[in-house]
Amino acid sequence: MSRERLDCHRLLCPMPVIRTQDRIATMQPGDELEVVCTDPGALNDIPAWSRINGHQVLETTTRDGEYIVIVRICEE
Amino acid sequence: MLAVRVMQEQGIHVEGINFFTGFCVEGHTHAIRKKDQGKPKRNNALWCAEQLGIKLHIIDIIDEYKQVVFNPKHGYGANLNPCLDCKVFMVKKAKEWMQEHGFDFVISGEVVGQRPMSQRKDTMPVVQRESGIDDRLLRPLSGKNLPPTLPEREGWIDREGLYDFSGRSRKPQMALAKQFGFEGYAQPAGGCCFLTDAQYSVKLADLWKSRGSKEYELDDIMLLKVGRHIRPARHYKLIVAREEGESNFLQGYKKQYPHMRCTSHGGPLTLIDGELSKDERQQAARIVARYSQGKNAPQVELEYVTTTGEVTPISVEPMQPAEMPQEWVL
Repeated sequence: MSRERLDCHRLLCPMPVIRTQDRIATMQPGDELEVVCTDPGALNDIPAWSRINGHQVLETTTRDGEYIVIVRICEE
Repeated sequence: MLAVRVMQEQGIHVEGINFFTGFCVEGHTHAIRKKDQGKPKRNNALWCAEQLGIKLHIIDIIDEYKQVVFNPKHGYGANLNPCLDCKVFMVKKAKEWMQEHGFDFVISGEVVGQRPMSQRKDTMPVVQRESGIDDRLLRPLSGKNLPPTLPEREGWIDREGLYDFSGRSRKPQMALAKQFGFEGYAQPAGGCCFLTDAQYSVKLADLWKSRGSKEYELDDIMLLKVGRHIRPARHYKLIVAREEGESNFLQGYKKQYPHMRCTSHGGPLTLIDGELSKDERQQAARIVARYSQGKNAPQVELEYVTTTGEVTPISVEPMQPAEMPQEWVL
């Protein structure tokens, strides 16, 4: 199991979702991805994308203008 | 949503594709502007997929899409919207995805006569022909008005279960949405592409003219959505934030563009796209001061900051409205 970080600063919806989707395609079930965004829309969009694709959102956080979503990759 | 649900009712497995061109509206200004930040934010494609219980694949086509914007074979609409070429391109991409992922046909929510360029009875076959999808493109909402497609002829779907919607009215779709129990969907005809926006198209055309060629990068087309764009000369333009949210967004570009900020008064962050002479720097500072809280003060202090962080103080008299030609404001 590994944990990776994805920098989505300055990207607006849906780019953070596209970057998340593309990165997760290279990861294994059980791995975790921490996505760091500046678009608050990511707090809705990445969890929505995760739900429809069967992945688990472990945490969403807002900190100093950053919006952070942690996703655990599940078997599709 | 409706087309997908019509297919689901016939037991067809559907997955969604959403292409991102860079020009999609998707609440970007809501994400940037402070006054809009209380508004609910959602990606409509994701929301629809979740309501329908289908997977959604969002595909970045920003680079490939440029050729559609630069050279549309079928021309532009009222603004820089290449709607018919866009539809041909997206259906072609959907066909490629279908083939790569083992799907049998593509559906769309198009309705005959709904849109003036890409959804006319005479242009809908153009999309099929030029995209190469031919009779593997099914429009469930207008299917009864169109020739039978392969999925119908093969018996994969029942033509009787399709609809015969046509024309610009959305009432039949809204009635069907009610029948399916859909609520809270995005307003129809709300516009989903900045290329259909007159003001945005003026700014894009200006960008091309100033560069002497049709070209853009994602950052260029994102910045066209933000701030006041003021072009005092062909070789430089100012992007002046209109409020705090836009100032915060433009902060992210300070390593790519020189910027100006007021130090003696409250004022907007301003990016400078282009090289300025010393005189032009004064001129730009006067414009920025005009949009600051010191616009009526005799003198406003500002800083010009390069992309590497070198700071030059500037002191100017704010430009008065009568001094600023209307044509500078894009």
